[in-house]
Amino acid sequence: MSPWILPILILLPLLGAALVVLSHAARARSIAFGITLGAAAMGVGALASFDWSQAGAFQGEVGVPWVPALGLSLSLGVDSIALLLVALTLLLGPICVAASATAITERVKTYYAWLLVLQAAMTGVFCARDLALFYVFFEFTLIPMYVLISLYGSTNRKRAATKFFLYTFTGSIIALAGLLYVVWVNASAPYGSGEWTFDIATLQATSVQMSAQQQGWVMLAMLLGFAVKVPLFPVHTWLPLAHTEAPTAGSVILAGVLLKLGTYGIYRFVLGLTPEGVMEHAHALAVLSIIGIVYAGLICWVQRDVKKLVAYSSVSHLGFCVLGMLALNSVGVAGSVMYMINHGLSTGALFLLIGMIYERYHTRDMEELGGLARKMPVWSTFMVFFAMASVGLPGLNGFVSEVMCLIGAFQDNTVAQEPFVGATPGRLGPWYAAVAGTGMIVAAMYLLYMLGKVVWGQLREPADHHPHPRLPTDLNAREIAILSPIALLCLAIGLFPAPMLRAIEQPVNDTVQWVWKHAPSAAQYAERDMQRASTSIARGEGDR
Amino acid sequence: MIERIAWLWPEIILFLATCVVMVLGVSPRLALRRQCAFVSGLALFLAAMVAIATGPMATSPWPQMVPFMKGTAGFVGLLTLLVLAGTVDREVDRDQELGRGFAALRANRAEFYAFFLFSMTGLMLCASADDLIWLFLALELTSLPTYVMVTISTRRSRSQEAGVKYFFLGALGAAIFLYGFSLLYMGTGSTDLGAISTQILAQAEGGAINDIAMAGLVLSLIGVSFKIAAVPMHFYTADVYQGAAASVSAMLAFVPKAAGFIAILLLVSTVGWQWGVADTAGVSLGAGHSLPEPVRLLLWVMAVFTMTVGNVLALLQRSIKRILAYSSIAHSGYMLVGVIAGPQGARFIDNGVAATLFYLLSYGLMNVGAFAVVASMEHKGEEADDLDALRGLCRTRPWLGWTMVICALSLLGFPFTLGFFAKVPLFTSGIAAGEYALVVILGINSAIAAFYYLRLAALPMLEEPVGEAPALTRVPARIVAGVLSAGAALGMVLVAGFFMERAARAAVPGLFDGTHASQSATDQIARSGERRADE
Repeated sequence: MSPWILPILILLPLLGAALVVLSHAARARSIAFGITLGAAAMGVGALASFDWSQAGAFQGEVGVPWVPALGLSLSLGVDSIALLLVALTLLLGPICVAASATAITERVKTYYAWLLVLQAAMTGVFCARDLALFYVFFEFTLIPMYVLISLYGSTNRKRAATKFFLYTFTGSIIALAGLLYVVWVNASAPYGSGEWTFDIATLQATSVQMSAQQQGWVMLAMLLGFAVKVPLFPVHTWLPLAHTEAPTAGSVILAGVLLKLGTYGIYRFVLGLTPEGVMEHAHALAVLSIIGIVYAGLICWVQRDVKKLVAYSSVSHLGFCVLGMLALNSVGVAGSVMYMINHGLSTGALFLLIGMIYERYHTRDMEELGGLARKMPVWSTFMVFFAMASVGLPGLNGFVSEVMCLIGAFQDNTVAQEPFVGATPGRLGPWYAAVAGTGMIVAAMYLLYMLGKVVWGQLREPADHHPHPRLPTDLNAREIAILSPIALLCLAIGLFPAPMLRAIEQPVNDTVQWVWKHAPSAAQYAERDMQRASTSIARGEGDR
Repeated sequence: MIERIAWLWPEIILFLATCVVMVLGVSPRLALRRQCAFVSGLALFLAAMVAIATGPMATSPWPQMVPFMKGTAGFVGLLTLLVLAGTVDREVDRDQELGRGFAALRANRAEFYAFFLFSMTGLMLCASADDLIWLFLALELTSLPTYVMVTISTRRSRSQEAGVKYFFLGALGAAIFLYGFSLLYMGTGSTDLGAISTQILAQAEGGAINDIAMAGLVLSLIGVSFKIAAVPMHFYTADVYQGAAASVSAMLAFVPKAAGFIAILLLVSTVGWQWGVADTAGVSLGAGHSLPEPVRLLLWVMAVFTMTVGNVLALLQRSIKRILAYSSIAHSGYMLVGVIAGPQGARFIDNGVAATLFYLLSYGLMNVGAFAVVASMEHKGEEADDLDALRGLCRTRPWLGWTMVICALSLLGFPFTLGFFAKVPLFTSGIAAGEYALVVILGINSAIAAFYYLRLAALPMLEEPVGEAPALTRVPARIVAGVLSAGAALGMVLVAGFFMERAARAAVPGLFDGTHASQSATDQIARSGERRADE
């Protein structure tokens, strides 16, 4: 992979943003579309030139010293997981621009400029190989998103944008303290290399030497930042509001990529820097994500606003994603990584569909809309398709990743004692998978309930409805062109998940091995759990 | 004594310029009177260059800090001068337009610049102080002119009220630290900072630091905290900043603060940060690399309250100047974290004093921009100070609007801006000193600050303008200052390494405890020499 690709992928949208600002408002959209399409084409080039046999190694690396006194460098590089997430970002880029064609009519230049800046920042997060650079990009996504929500959102947008900004900023400043602690440990005498560096690989080698307690604190600090972004229960409350108020493209990016910054951060830094900490606290975190899965699912069930329903479903779905990660075995983590991509595709598409309805009816209320299949068959087809992908219907993408997350969570420590072929020990256990599994049922309930109301049944339209001046009753060619590639990908991943699994296998295995190797007490945990089980049995027998 | 003159050329230049300005200002010719600002600027520039060229001052407890702080003072002072220029002149000009002619008694144009230069002289003298009496005089020379500047900056009675309040509370602060200085003298028998340091070390080796000396130090620190607007001496800040013209507030937010921090560093260096390490004769007065416990505790409590009070009260304000005033209190709190962490390690990143010095420089640069925006806008002949004046500013007055956005984000410490690179070292030095609780409080406070800085950034950028665009004052230099400041907030990031290295070198103490500290100082100088040779 050429070292030029990644810097260009980041700089191209920035250049585009500058062009948009300088050009005439009427041209802004076509420039933005051209730039994002060009970036997507480069993304295809990056995928093609990536050496998939070395998927776990970082490729396309560049490194330029930046502020030597602080030990910062501008270093970029991707492994297959980061590359796939970059590809997701680049895919959603032109889709978001195209989806905004009729929805955004005022302050067009500002809109597309910030959209492009946002894309650059998100690409940067996934490519960064320097902790400080990662953090800079991670934080910088806030400003464009803040602008997009507070300028182009619906009625309550100011409050939503402010809440979004403050929640994430507060979390990530604490995360910064945690990350800086790791950097300091690396720089101080007994452990690390003794130099100030933010190089992620160097820091990983050092941070695993920290004691379990230190790792626990660092992990807590990092999680405050990442869990808000994911969002994990109980810090999820900003998300429904932000999603509901954001413009369509904003919601798509928020669900598709921005939430993944949190899970990617957990994958890269929580697992990478504090293996012992995760090992120790996986149970508590898993409980949080399961609460998120079930609780947010139940909230979905009582929503009247379709967009809010999909927003809460994100909370529920990402609970699965985090749960799979915390299983700490190959199946779970691989499922979790796939979940990031799949959720981006299917939920992004759902937000696009809801946006299309909102443009036509100016409402998202399920009580006012109904039986749209009679009037909009094409829209309804897509809606049912993506809702099924989101539920996890076998044959579509959601199923693969959701089941893998659950299988991962099902395995407990005992596997470590009696290994069977292909299995790796897990940190959770059957109970976790069982309770989380109810989340799948709840998901089916609320999504089917929503489909039943909105798509089927008697045709209901808002009383004061009159047709949109520029849009046909059903979807037009542009809208179909936006949705088709996502639908195709959903189907392809659902039917043939193996290529993608092969692509992420190597880095996932490396990470899982890294965690188990550097959590020296992993065997002790297994023993302790065994003991606890046997004593409880003994106590049970004694009672009898 | 006389050999110290060699290091005082910057102050001498400034003083001579002050005399020139005073004479120019009473000239009957308008063309000559208009040169006051120019002469002041030239003198500041010269003084800064001479200070940098002169190099370290051997007698100071922080030999390398002297040129660094004088340079910082000079350049931030220049930027401030761009905002200050015209504050009083406009009123004089207006008088002349009304046909009143030049009245020497009413005109205070020259005094204004002269007082500014006096204050800058005081700041530079603070940096070169190595004696308690010198320090006291320098601190007062910094502050006394500002009392007058606040009062004459506008003709409203509010300015006079602010001036009086500032003066009386300032006098209270001065009395407290003067009392502290005298107790310090009583406890150690010297006013020379080097001698005090040696004496305190001897006392500590003999068992414990003299209680009177310790009480003196604590009182001095409390008194000096008036200059940096730290809790408990912060009460004047909001009223004074609001009462004074915005241009003068811009100066108040930097010059006395810088003087105060220099004084704190000088005073604290007499007890040093080495107690945990040296552990001489079984005396451990603090944990780890830290100050003696009473001093550490005092600064710790002060830092926590200063940050929190500043940020929380800033949330409640509607006036931009009051927001900036409270935020300047909070920034003092952040910088105290660096002071507590202390100058351990030769590297920039775990050296708290270097972090404080770099933060002071960054804060000085980005703060001017925010005040310059306020100073540039007028509403019905008054300063447009309400938050509503910022609405839609990026569209009506793009230069001012974007200056405000960038400066607010930088003051918040948002990544990509100078403020972020200034805040990171505070975090890391705090971590390196083991002050985890303090670092977490610093983080939480940065998050609280996000709320009001976000408002300052969002109003110009996102809101629709209300009514007419705010009128501009007829002082284009202010807009230039604002744009330069915003440019620095973005552009300095590229060259931050250069300044960080200077700050790291500036933060090497010269004489604390005599043995290992000066050893590390020589190591550091040797190392930086090698580094330069490598380049």
